Amino acid sequence: MKRQILKLDKIEELQSGIFRMTLEGDCSEINAPGQFVNIKVDGFYLRRPISIFDWDKEHVTLVFKVVGEGTKVMAEAQKGDCFDVLLPLGNGFCPEKGGEKPLLVGGGIGVPPLYGLAKELVAKGVTPQVVIGFNSEKEVILADDFKTLGIEPVITTVDGSVGVKGFVTDAMKTMDYDYVYTCGPEPMLKAVYDAAPDGQFSFEARMACGFGACMGCSCETKYGYKRICEDGPILYKEEIKW
Amino acid sequence: MVDTKVTLSGLTLDNPVIPASGTFGYGKEFAEIYDINILGSISFKGTTLEPRLGNPLPRIAECPDGMINSVGLQNPGLEAVCEKELVDMAKIYSKPVVANISGFSIEEYVKCAEAMGKQPQVGIIEVNVSCPNVHNGGMAYGVMPESAAEVTRAVKTVTSKPVYIKLSPNVTDIVAIAKACEEAGADGLSLINTLLGMRIDINRRRPIIANKMGGFSGPAIFPVAVRMVYQVAKAVNIPVIGMGGVSSARDVIEMMMAGATAVQVGAANLVNPYACKEIIEDLPAVMEELGIEKLEDIIGIIE
Repeated sequence: MKRQILKLDKIEELQSGIFRMTLEGDCSEINAPGQFVNIKVDGFYLRRPISIFDWDKEHVTLVFKVVGEGTKVMAEAQKGDCFDVLLPLGNGFCPEKGGEKPLLVGGGIGVPPLYGLAKELVAKGVTPQVVIGFNSEKEVILADDFKTLGIEPVITTVDGSVGVKGFVTDAMKTMDYDYVYTCGPEPMLKAVYDAAPDGQFSFEARMACGFGACMGCSCETKYGYKRICEDGPILYKEEIKW
Repeated sequence: MVDTKVTLSGLTLDNPVIPASGTFGYGKEFAEIYDINILGSISFKGTTLEPRLGNPLPRIAECPDGMINSVGLQNPGLEAVCEKELVDMAKIYSKPVVANISGFSIEEYVKCAEAMGKQPQVGIIEVNVSCPNVHNGGMAYGVMPESAAEVTRAVKTVTSKPVYIKLSPNVTDIVAIAKACEEAGADGLSLINTLLGMRIDINRRRPIIANKMGGFSGPAIFPVAVRMVYQVAKAVNIPVIGMGGVSSARDVIEMMMAGATAVQVGAANLVNPYACKEIIEDLPAVMEELGIEKLEDIIGIIE
Protein backbone atom coordinates (compact mmCIF):
# COMPACT_ATOMS: atom_id res chain seq x y z
CA MET A 1 0.00 0.00 0.00
CA LYS A 2 1.09 3.55 -0.74
CA ARG A 3 -0.56 6.92 -0.59
CA GLN A 4 -0.65 8.55 -3.99
CA ILE A 5 -2.04 11.81 -5.27
CA LEU A 6 -3.97 10.88 -8.40
CA LYS A 7 -5.38 13.31 -10.95
CA LEU A 8 -8.81 12.87 -12.48
CA ASP A 9 -8.44 12.16 -16.18
CA LYS A 10 -11.97 11.15 -17.19
CA ILE A 11 -15.37 10.87 -15.57
CA GLU A 12 -18.64 9.75 -17.16
CA GLU A 13 -22.09 8.78 -15.91
CA LEU A 14 -22.85 5.22 -17.05
CA GLN A 15 -26.38 5.12 -15.66
CA SER A 16 -28.26 7.46 -13.39
CA GLY A 17 -26.07 7.78 -10.28
CA ILE A 18 -23.37 5.37 -11.46
CA PHE A 19 -20.07 6.89 -12.55
CA ARG A 20 -16.87 5.66 -14.17
CA MET A 21 -13.81 7.65 -13.16
CA THR A 22 -10.24 7.26 -14.41
CA LEU A 23 -7.46 8.61 -12.22
CA GLU A 24 -3.91 9.20 -13.39
CA GLY A 25 -0.72 8.70 -11.38
CA ASP A 26 1.46 5.94 -10.00
CA CYS A 27 -0.73 2.82 -9.99
CA SER A 28 2.17 0.41 -10.49
CA GLU A 29 1.57 -1.48 -7.24
CA ILE A 30 -1.85 -2.81 -8.19
CA ASN A 31 -1.23 -6.50 -8.71
CA ALA A 32 -4.57 -8.33 -8.79
CA PRO A 33 -8.13 -7.78 -10.00
CA GLY A 34 -10.56 -7.36 -7.11
CA GLN A 35 -8.27 -5.08 -5.13
CA PHE A 36 -9.63 -1.70 -4.06
CA VAL A 37 -8.58 1.85 -3.31
CA ASN A 38 -9.50 4.09 -0.37
CA ILE A 39 -10.17 7.65 -1.50
CA LYS A 40 -10.09 10.80 0.59
CA VAL A 41 -12.95 13.11 -0.30
CA ASP A 42 -12.76 16.77 0.73
CA GLY A 43 -15.00 17.51 3.69
CA PHE A 44 -15.30 13.93 4.94
CA TYR A 45 -13.30 12.30 7.71
CA LEU A 46 -13.14 8.70 6.53
CA ARG A 47 -12.01 7.57 3.10
CA ARG A 48 -14.32 5.86 0.59
CA PRO A 49 -13.35 2.29 -0.32
CA ILE A 50 -14.02 1.68 -4.04
CA SER A 51 -13.19 -1.47 -6.01
CA ILE A 52 -10.91 -1.31 -9.03
CA PHE A 53 -12.58 -1.76 -12.42
CA ASP A 54 -9.46 -1.60 -14.58
CA TRP A 55 -5.89 -0.37 -14.32
CA ASP A 56 -2.48 -0.01 -15.91
CA LYS A 57 0.76 1.34 -14.44
CA GLU A 58 -0.35 4.98 -14.72
CA HIS A 59 -4.13 4.75 -14.45
CA VAL A 60 -6.81 3.27 -12.28
CA THR A 61 -10.45 3.21 -13.32
CA LEU A 62 -13.21 2.99 -10.73
CA VAL A 63 -16.95 2.52 -11.17
CA PHE A 64 -18.96 3.74 -8.23
CA LYS A 65 -22.54 4.45 -7.28
CA VAL A 66 -23.64 7.61 -5.50
CA VAL A 67 -24.95 6.27 -2.21
CA GLY A 68 -24.31 9.20 0.11
CA GLU A 69 -22.77 12.63 0.46
CA GLY A 70 -19.17 11.50 -0.06
CA THR A 71 -19.76 9.66 -3.34
CA LYS A 72 -21.88 12.63 -4.43
CA VAL A 73 -18.85 14.90 -4.07
CA MET A 74 -16.74 12.36 -5.99
CA ALA A 75 -19.29 12.35 -8.81
CA GLU A 76 -19.05 16.14 -9.12
CA ALA A 77 -15.26 16.06 -9.57
CA GLN A 78 -13.80 17.54 -12.76
CA LYS A 79 -10.88 16.65 -15.00
CA GLY A 80 -7.66 17.76 -13.30
CA ASP A 81 -9.01 17.47 -9.74
CA CYS A 82 -6.67 15.61 -7.40
CA PHE A 83 -7.48 12.84 -4.94
CA ASP A 84 -5.43 11.47 -2.04
CA VAL A 85 -5.71 7.70 -2.55
CA LEU A 86 -4.42 4.68 -0.64
CA LEU A 87 -3.69 1.82 -3.04
CA PRO A 88 -3.65 -1.01 -3.69
CA LEU A 89 -5.68 -2.52 -0.84
CA GLY A 90 -6.91 -6.06 -0.29
CA ASN A 91 -5.86 -9.45 -1.60
CA GLY A 92 -7.71 -9.48 -4.93
CA PHE A 93 -8.98 -12.44 -6.93
CA CYS A 94 -6.67 -15.32 -7.76
CA PRO A 95 -7.29 -15.99 -11.49
CA GLU A 96 -5.17 -19.17 -11.49
CA LYS A 97 -7.59 -21.09 -9.30
CA GLY A 98 -10.54 -20.82 -11.71
CA GLY A 99 -9.66 -23.81 -13.89
CA GLU A 100 -10.92 -24.23 -17.46
CA LYS A 101 -14.53 -23.20 -16.95
CA PRO A 102 -14.77 -20.25 -14.58
CA LEU A 103 -18.02 -18.33 -14.20
CA LEU A 104 -18.06 -14.68 -13.15
CA VAL A 105 -21.21 -13.58 -11.31
CA GLY A 106 -21.78 -9.93 -10.54
CA GLY A 107 -24.69 -8.08 -8.99
CA GLY A 108 -25.30 -4.34 -9.42
CA ILE A 109 -22.38 -2.24 -8.31
CA GLY A 110 -20.54 -5.53 -7.59
CA VAL A 111 -19.98 -6.01 -11.33
CA PRO A 112 -17.00 -3.63 -11.84
CA PRO A 113 -14.17 -5.68 -10.24
CA LEU A 114 -15.21 -8.69 -12.33
CA TYR A 115 -14.30 -6.78 -15.49
CA GLY A 116 -10.66 -6.52 -14.37
CA LEU A 117 -10.73 -10.22 -13.57
CA ALA A 118 -12.26 -11.12 -16.95
CA LYS A 119 -9.55 -9.10 -18.69
CA GLU A 120 -6.86 -10.94 -16.74
CA LEU A 121 -8.41 -14.34 -17.49
CA VAL A 122 -8.70 -13.57 -21.21
CA ALA A 123 -5.04 -12.51 -21.23
CA LYS A 124 -4.21 -15.90 -19.73
CA GLY A 125 -6.13 -17.66 -22.52
CA VAL A 126 -9.28 -18.50 -20.55
CA THR A 127 -12.54 -16.92 -21.71
CA PRO A 128 -14.88 -16.97 -18.74
CA GLN A 129 -18.64 -17.03 -18.80
CA VAL A 130 -20.21 -13.96 -17.20
CA VAL A 131 -23.58 -13.40 -15.53
CA ILE A 132 -24.45 -9.90 -14.40
CA GLY A 133 -27.65 -9.15 -12.51
CA PHE A 134 -29.56 -5.92 -11.94
CA ASN A 135 -32.96 -4.78 -10.76
CA SER A 136 -34.01 -3.45 -14.15
CA GLU A 137 -32.74 -2.38 -17.58
CA LYS A 138 -32.01 1.18 -16.48
CA GLU A 139 -29.42 -0.09 -13.98
CA VAL A 140 -27.49 -2.31 -16.39
CA ILE A 141 -23.81 -1.34 -16.58
CA LEU A 142 -20.64 -2.59 -18.27
CA ALA A 143 -22.25 -5.20 -20.58
CA ASP A 144 -20.48 -3.64 -23.58
CA ASP A 145 -17.14 -3.68 -21.78
CA PHE A 146 -17.33 -7.45 -21.40
CA LYS A 147 -18.23 -7.67 -25.12
CA THR A 148 -15.01 -5.86 -26.05
CA LEU A 149 -13.18 -8.72 -24.31
CA GLY A 150 -15.02 -11.21 -26.53
CA ILE A 151 -17.41 -12.25 -23.79
CA GLU A 152 -21.19 -12.20 -24.27
CA PRO A 153 -22.47 -11.57 -20.73
CA VAL A 154 -25.75 -13.10 -19.64
CA ILE A 155 -27.85 -10.29 -18.17
CA THR A 156 -30.53 -10.91 -15.56
CA THR A 157 -33.04 -8.38 -14.28
CA VAL A 158 -35.43 -8.82 -11.39
CA ASP A 159 -38.25 -7.14 -13.34
CA GLY A 160 -37.44 -8.89 -16.59
CA SER A 161 -37.05 -5.61 -18.50
CA VAL A 162 -33.96 -7.03 -20.23
CA GLY A 163 -32.29 -10.45 -20.36
CA VAL A 164 -33.28 -13.34 -18.13
CA LYS A 165 -36.06 -12.47 -15.69
CA GLY A 166 -35.03 -13.23 -12.13
CA PHE A 167 -31.79 -13.43 -10.17
CA VAL A 168 -28.25 -14.36 -11.24
CA THR A 169 -28.81 -17.81 -9.74
CA ASP A 170 -31.70 -18.39 -12.18
CA ALA A 171 -29.28 -17.93 -15.09
CA MET A 172 -26.62 -20.05 -13.37
CA LYS A 173 -28.94 -23.09 -13.33
CA THR A 174 -28.52 -23.68 -17.05
CA MET A 175 -24.79 -23.00 -17.20
CA ASP A 176 -21.86 -25.38 -17.21
CA TYR A 177 -19.08 -24.23 -14.89
CA ASP A 178 -16.93 -25.59 -12.10
CA TYR A 179 -15.74 -22.44 -10.30
CA VAL A 180 -17.27 -19.02 -9.59
CA TYR A 181 -15.87 -15.58 -8.96
CA THR A 182 -18.50 -13.30 -7.52
CA CYS A 183 -19.10 -9.81 -6.18
CA GLY A 184 -22.39 -8.20 -5.23
CA PRO A 185 -24.81 -7.63 -2.39
CA GLU A 186 -24.52 -10.13 0.45
CA PRO A 187 -27.87 -11.94 -0.17
CA MET A 188 -26.69 -12.58 -3.72
CA LEU A 189 -23.31 -13.84 -2.51
CA LYS A 190 -25.12 -16.24 -0.19
CA ALA A 191 -27.33 -17.54 -3.03
CA VAL A 192 -24.26 -18.01 -5.27
CA TYR A 193 -22.48 -19.73 -2.37
CA ASP A 194 -25.34 -22.23 -2.09
CA ALA A 195 -25.39 -22.85 -5.85
CA ALA A 196 -21.70 -23.06 -6.77
CA PRO A 197 -19.34 -25.95 -6.07
CA ASP A 198 -16.37 -23.72 -5.35
CA GLY A 199 -15.18 -20.18 -5.81
CA GLN A 200 -14.01 -16.78 -4.61
CA PHE A 201 -16.40 -14.25 -3.05
CA SER A 202 -15.77 -10.52 -2.79
CA PHE A 203 -17.25 -8.92 0.32
CA GLU A 204 -17.84 -5.33 1.30
CA ALA A 205 -18.10 -3.69 4.71
CA ARG A 206 -18.09 -0.33 6.38
CA MET A 207 -14.40 0.34 6.96
CA ALA A 208 -12.35 2.92 8.73
CA CYS A 209 -8.72 2.44 7.67
CA GLY A 210 -9.01 -0.07 4.81
CA PHE A 211 -5.53 -1.47 5.47
CA GLY A 212 -5.93 -3.76 8.45
CA ALA A 213 -5.20 -1.53 11.43
CA CYS A 214 -8.56 -0.87 13.09
CA MET A 215 -10.43 -4.21 13.08
CA GLY A 216 -13.51 -2.28 12.00
CA CYS A 217 -14.45 -4.81 9.31
CA SER A 218 -13.46 -8.17 10.80
CA CYS A 219 -15.72 -11.12 10.05
CA GLU A 220 -15.73 -14.66 11.32
CA THR A 221 -14.51 -17.38 8.96
CA LYS A 222 -13.94 -21.09 9.46
CA TYR A 223 -10.29 -20.24 10.11
CA GLY A 224 -10.82 -17.48 12.64
CA TYR A 225 -11.55 -13.80 12.20
CA LYS A 226 -10.42 -12.09 9.02
CA ARG A 227 -10.27 -8.43 8.14
CA ILE A 228 -12.33 -7.85 5.01
CA CYS A 229 -10.03 -4.99 4.01
CA GLU A 230 -6.65 -6.68 4.47
CA ASP A 231 -7.25 -10.46 4.49
CA GLY A 232 -10.10 -9.98 1.95
CA PRO A 233 -12.12 -8.55 0.34
CA ILE A 234 -11.95 -11.89 -1.48
CA LEU A 235 -12.77 -14.91 0.68
CA TYR A 236 -12.68 -18.49 -0.59
CA LYS A 237 -15.78 -20.68 -0.40
CA GLU A 238 -14.08 -23.19 1.87
CA GLU A 239 -13.43 -20.55 4.56
CA ILE A 240 -16.78 -18.75 4.54
CA LYS A 241 -19.03 -19.55 7.48
CA TRP A 242 -22.56 -19.75 6.07
CA MET B 1 18.64 21.73 17.30
CA VAL B 2 15.47 21.34 19.34
CA ASP B 3 15.00 18.64 21.98
CA THR B 4 11.88 16.48 21.58
CA LYS B 5 12.69 13.99 24.34
CA VAL B 6 10.19 13.38 27.13
CA THR B 7 10.30 11.07 30.15
CA LEU B 8 7.44 8.92 31.43
CA SER B 9 8.11 7.27 34.80
CA GLY B 10 11.82 6.95 34.12
CA LEU B 11 11.34 5.85 30.53
CA THR B 12 12.83 8.38 28.11
CA LEU B 13 11.11 8.61 24.72
CA ASP B 14 12.82 10.18 21.67
CA ASN B 15 9.64 12.14 21.11
CA PRO B 16 6.20 12.25 22.75
CA VAL B 17 4.31 10.66 19.82
CA ILE B 18 2.72 7.28 20.57
CA PRO B 19 0.10 5.62 18.34
CA ALA B 20 -2.98 4.91 20.48
CA SER B 21 -4.15 1.41 21.24
CA GLY B 22 -6.53 -0.05 18.68
CA THR B 23 -5.47 2.26 15.86
CA PHE B 24 -2.09 0.72 15.08
CA GLY B 25 -2.56 -3.04 15.55
CA TYR B 26 0.87 -4.43 16.42
CA GLY B 27 2.59 -2.05 14.01
CA LYS B 28 2.90 -4.44 11.07
CA GLU B 29 0.71 -2.57 8.56
CA PHE B 30 2.57 0.67 9.26
CA ALA B 31 6.06 -0.86 9.27
CA GLU B 32 5.42 -1.73 5.63
CA ILE B 33 5.18 1.94 4.69
CA TYR B 34 7.65 3.66 7.04
CA ASP B 35 10.29 2.88 9.66
CA ILE B 36 8.17 2.82 12.82
CA ASN B 37 11.28 3.03 15.01
CA ILE B 38 10.91 6.83 14.77
CA LEU B 39 7.89 6.58 17.12
CA GLY B 40 8.28 7.56 20.78
CA SER B 41 6.56 4.29 21.67
CA ILE B 42 3.57 2.21 20.54
CA SER B 43 0.47 1.42 22.55
CA PHE B 44 -0.47 -1.83 20.85
CA LYS B 45 -3.95 -3.32 20.42
CA GLY B 46 -5.68 -3.90 23.76
CA THR B 47 -5.24 -7.36 25.27
CA THR B 48 -7.76 -9.36 27.29
CA LEU B 49 -7.17 -12.64 29.12
CA GLU B 50 -9.28 -14.67 26.69
CA PRO B 51 -9.43 -14.22 22.90
CA ARG B 52 -12.27 -11.89 21.89
CA LEU B 53 -14.10 -11.95 18.57
CA GLY B 54 -15.41 -8.43 19.02
CA ASN B 55 -18.77 -6.94 18.13
CA PRO B 56 -21.05 -7.59 15.14
CA LEU B 57 -20.66 -5.49 11.96
CA PRO B 58 -21.10 -2.64 11.15
CA ARG B 59 -18.57 -1.42 13.68
CA ILE B 60 -17.75 1.90 12.04
CA ALA B 61 -19.76 5.09 11.50
CA GLU B 62 -18.47 8.33 10.05
CA CYS B 63 -19.07 11.65 11.80
CA PRO B 64 -18.18 15.24 10.97
CA ASP B 65 -14.43 15.42 11.76
CA GLY B 66 -14.46 12.03 13.41
CA MET B 67 -15.76 8.51 13.58
CA ILE B 68 -17.50 6.05 15.86
CA ASN B 69 -16.06 2.57 16.37
CA SER B 70 -17.55 -0.42 18.06
CA VAL B 71 -14.82 -3.00 17.58
CA GLY B 72 -15.32 -4.49 21.03
CA LEU B 73 -11.74 -5.30 22.03
CA GLN B 74 -11.24 -7.92 19.36
CA ASN B 75 -7.87 -9.54 20.10
CA PRO B 76 -6.31 -13.01 20.12
CA GLY B 77 -6.04 -13.15 23.93
CA LEU B 78 -3.16 -12.80 26.39
CA GLU B 79 -1.33 -16.01 25.55
CA ALA B 80 -1.31 -15.47 21.77
CA VAL B 81 -0.34 -11.81 22.19
CA CYS B 82 2.66 -12.71 24.37
CA GLU B 83 3.75 -15.71 22.33
CA LYS B 84 3.17 -14.41 18.82
CA GLU B 85 2.24 -10.75 18.42
CA LEU B 86 4.92 -9.38 20.76
CA VAL B 87 7.55 -11.63 19.20
CA ASP B 88 6.61 -10.34 15.75
CA MET B 89 6.48 -6.75 16.97
CA ALA B 90 10.00 -7.02 18.44
CA LYS B 91 11.29 -7.68 14.92
CA ILE B 92 9.95 -4.38 13.59
CA TYR B 93 10.12 -2.12 16.66
CA SER B 94 13.08 -2.01 19.00
CA LYS B 95 11.96 0.44 21.72
CA PRO B 96 9.86 -0.23 24.84
CA VAL B 97 6.13 -0.47 24.11
CA VAL B 98 2.95 0.36 26.01
CA ALA B 99 0.86 -2.74 26.80
CA ASN B 100 -2.81 -1.80 26.88
CA ILE B 101 -4.86 -4.32 28.87
CA SER B 102 -8.57 -4.76 29.63
CA GLY B 103 -10.50 -7.06 31.92
CA PHE B 104 -13.96 -8.13 32.94
CA SER B 105 -12.94 -8.81 36.52
CA ILE B 106 -10.14 -7.69 38.82
CA GLU B 107 -8.63 -11.13 38.38
CA GLU B 108 -8.43 -10.72 34.60
CA TYR B 109 -6.72 -7.33 34.91
CA VAL B 110 -4.26 -8.85 37.35
CA LYS B 111 -3.43 -11.81 35.10
CA CYS B 112 -2.90 -9.56 32.07
CA ALA B 113 -0.76 -7.10 34.04
CA GLU B 114 1.33 -9.87 35.54
CA ALA B 115 2.05 -11.47 32.16
CA MET B 116 2.70 -8.16 30.40
CA GLY B 117 4.96 -7.06 33.24
CA LYS B 118 7.21 -10.03 32.48
CA GLN B 119 7.61 -9.11 28.80
CA PRO B 120 11.02 -7.44 28.42
CA GLN B 121 9.83 -5.08 25.66
CA VAL B 122 6.92 -3.72 27.69
CA GLY B 123 7.86 -0.34 29.20
CA ILE B 124 4.47 0.75 30.51
CA ILE B 125 1.26 -1.09 31.34
CA GLU B 126 -1.77 0.94 30.30
CA VAL B 127 -4.88 -0.29 32.08
CA ASN B 128 -8.04 0.34 30.08
CA VAL B 129 -10.88 0.88 32.54
CA SER B 130 -12.82 2.82 29.96
CA CYS B 131 -13.71 0.90 26.80
CA PRO B 132 -17.26 1.94 25.87
CA ASN B 133 -17.82 -1.06 23.62
CA VAL B 134 -18.09 -4.01 25.97
CA HIS B 135 -21.12 -4.75 28.08
CA ASN B 136 -20.42 -5.32 31.77
CA GLY B 137 -16.83 -4.75 30.79
CA GLY B 138 -13.99 -2.40 31.51
CA MET B 139 -16.10 0.73 31.51
CA ALA B 140 -17.81 -0.21 34.74
CA TYR B 141 -14.47 0.05 36.56
CA GLY B 142 -13.66 3.40 35.02
CA VAL B 143 -16.81 5.28 35.90
CA MET B 144 -16.43 5.25 39.69
CA PRO B 145 -13.39 6.45 41.71
CA GLU B 146 -13.62 3.45 44.09
CA SER B 147 -13.61 0.77 41.39
CA ALA B 148 -10.92 2.52 39.32
CA ALA B 149 -8.78 2.64 42.46
CA GLU B 150 -9.50 -1.01 43.16
CA VAL B 151 -8.21 -2.06 39.72
CA THR B 152 -5.16 0.18 40.14
CA ARG B 153 -4.25 -1.30 43.52
CA ALA B 154 -4.69 -4.87 42.31
CA VAL B 155 -2.55 -4.35 39.21
CA LYS B 156 0.16 -2.55 41.16
CA THR B 157 0.65 -5.55 43.43
CA VAL B 158 1.65 -7.85 40.55
CA THR B 159 4.05 -5.76 38.50
CA SER B 160 6.95 -3.44 39.06
CA LYS B 161 6.51 -1.81 35.63
CA PRO B 162 4.89 1.65 35.54
CA VAL B 163 1.10 1.38 35.56
CA TYR B 164 -0.93 4.00 33.68
CA ILE B 165 -4.71 4.01 34.02
CA LYS B 166 -6.61 4.93 30.84
CA LEU B 167 -9.58 7.05 31.83
CA SER B 168 -13.02 7.45 30.35
CA PRO B 169 -14.41 10.88 29.49
CA ASN B 170 -17.94 9.49 29.94
CA VAL B 171 -18.05 10.39 33.62
CA THR B 172 -19.37 13.21 35.78
CA ASP B 173 -16.03 14.07 37.38
CA ILE B 174 -12.87 12.76 35.69
CA VAL B 175 -10.68 14.60 38.22
CA ALA B 176 -12.09 12.59 41.13
CA ILE B 177 -11.36 9.33 39.30
CA ALA B 178 -7.86 10.50 38.35
CA LYS B 179 -7.08 11.39 41.96
CA ALA B 180 -8.43 8.06 43.20
CA CYS B 181 -6.11 6.24 40.78
CA GLU B 182 -3.15 8.35 41.87
CA GLU B 183 -3.86 7.62 45.53
CA ALA B 184 -4.15 3.91 44.71
CA GLY B 185 -0.61 3.97 43.33
CA ALA B 186 -0.98 4.66 39.61
CA ASP B 187 2.30 5.80 38.05
CA GLY B 188 0.50 7.82 35.40
CA LEU B 189 -2.76 8.38 33.55
CA SER B 190 -3.84 8.12 29.91
CA LEU B 191 -6.77 10.21 28.76
CA ILE B 192 -9.17 10.47 27.12
CA ASN B 193 -10.66 7.26 25.77
CA THR B 194 -13.47 7.71 23.23
CA LEU B 195 -16.72 9.51 23.97
CA LEU B 196 -19.84 7.36 23.82
CA GLY B 197 -21.61 8.30 20.58
CA MET B 198 -24.34 7.19 18.19
CA ARG B 199 -25.38 7.76 14.58
CA ILE B 200 -28.65 6.86 12.90
CA ASP B 201 -29.22 5.99 9.25
CA ILE B 202 -32.27 8.16 8.67
CA ASN B 203 -33.15 6.41 5.41
CA ARG B 204 -33.30 2.97 6.98
CA ARG B 205 -34.42 4.32 10.37
CA ARG B 206 -31.89 2.32 12.35
CA PRO B 207 -28.55 2.89 14.07
CA ILE B 208 -25.51 2.64 11.78
CA ILE B 209 -23.51 0.68 14.37
CA ALA B 210 -24.79 -2.86 14.98
CA ASN B 211 -24.36 -2.36 18.72
CA LYS B 212 -26.17 0.99 18.38
CA MET B 213 -23.50 2.98 20.23
CA GLY B 214 -19.74 3.18 20.06
CA GLY B 215 -16.68 5.25 20.85
CA PHE B 216 -16.48 8.65 19.16
CA SER B 217 -12.98 9.82 18.26
CA GLY B 218 -11.19 12.14 15.86
CA PRO B 219 -10.48 15.90 15.68
CA ALA B 220 -14.05 16.68 16.79
CA ILE B 221 -13.22 15.54 20.35
CA PHE B 222 -9.87 17.34 20.60
CA PRO B 223 -11.20 20.34 22.60
CA VAL B 224 -12.86 18.00 25.12
CA ALA B 225 -9.59 16.06 25.43
CA VAL B 226 -7.51 19.21 25.93
CA ARG B 227 -9.92 20.39 28.62
CA MET B 228 -9.85 17.09 30.51
CA VAL B 229 -6.06 16.70 30.24
CA TYR B 230 -5.74 20.25 31.60
CA GLN B 231 -8.10 19.57 34.53
CA VAL B 232 -6.52 16.25 35.43
CA ALA B 233 -2.90 17.34 35.00
CA LYS B 234 -3.54 20.28 37.30
CA ALA B 235 -4.99 18.00 39.97
CA VAL B 236 -2.44 15.16 40.07
CA ASN B 237 1.33 14.81 40.48
CA ILE B 238 1.81 11.88 38.11
CA PRO B 239 2.42 12.13 34.35
CA VAL B 240 -0.49 12.29 31.94
CA ILE B 241 -0.46 10.87 28.42
CA GLY B 242 -2.86 13.08 26.48
CA MET B 243 -5.00 11.80 23.62
CA GLY B 244 -8.23 12.48 21.79
CA GLY B 245 -8.28 13.81 18.24
CA VAL B 246 -4.58 14.67 18.00
CA SER B 247 -3.76 15.01 14.30
CA SER B 248 -0.83 17.42 13.92
CA ALA B 249 2.38 18.63 15.54
CA ARG B 250 0.49 21.73 16.71
CA ASP B 251 -2.08 19.50 18.42
CA VAL B 252 0.78 17.71 20.20
CA ILE B 253 2.11 21.01 21.49
CA GLU B 254 -1.36 22.15 22.57
CA MET B 255 -1.93 18.89 24.42
CA MET B 256 1.44 19.21 26.16
CA MET B 257 0.78 22.83 27.14
CA ALA B 258 -2.46 21.56 28.68
CA GLY B 259 -0.41 19.21 30.84
CA ALA B 260 0.41 16.07 28.85
CA THR B 261 3.93 14.63 29.13
CA ALA B 262 3.40 12.45 26.05
CA VAL B 263 0.68 12.27 23.45
CA GLN B 264 -1.14 9.46 21.73
CA VAL B 265 -2.42 9.65 18.17
CA GLY B 266 -5.46 7.52 17.41
CA ALA B 267 -8.05 7.97 14.67
CA ALA B 268 -5.60 10.03 12.57
CA ASN B 269 -3.62 6.84 11.86
CA LEU B 270 -6.67 5.32 10.21
CA VAL B 271 -7.34 8.10 7.73
CA ASN B 272 -3.68 8.91 7.13
CA PRO B 273 -1.38 5.94 7.79
CA TYR B 274 1.57 8.37 7.75
CA ALA B 275 0.02 10.61 10.46
CA CYS B 276 2.53 9.80 13.25
CA LYS B 277 5.48 10.02 10.87
CA GLU B 278 4.36 13.43 9.62
CA ILE B 279 3.75 14.71 13.14
CA ILE B 280 7.23 13.62 14.27
CA GLU B 281 8.82 15.17 11.19
CA ASP B 282 6.88 18.43 11.63
CA LEU B 283 7.58 18.81 15.35
CA PRO B 284 11.08 20.40 15.19
CA ALA B 285 10.01 23.12 12.74
CA VAL B 286 6.86 23.92 14.72
CA MET B 287 8.92 24.06 17.93
CA GLU B 288 11.39 26.46 16.33
CA GLU B 289 8.58 28.62 15.04
CA LEU B 290 7.08 28.80 18.54
CA GLY B 291 10.44 29.37 20.25
CA ILE B 292 10.42 26.02 22.07
CA GLU B 293 13.90 24.55 22.61
CA LYS B 294 13.00 21.68 24.90
CA LEU B 295 9.58 20.08 24.52
CA GLU B 296 9.58 19.14 28.21
CA ASP B 297 9.63 22.85 29.07
CA ILE B 298 6.08 23.38 27.85
CA ILE B 299 4.40 20.55 29.78
CA GLY B 300 1.50 22.09 31.69
CA ILE B 301 2.61 25.70 31.20
CA ILE B 302 -1.00 26.88 31.05
CA GLU B 303 -1.95 28.24 34.46
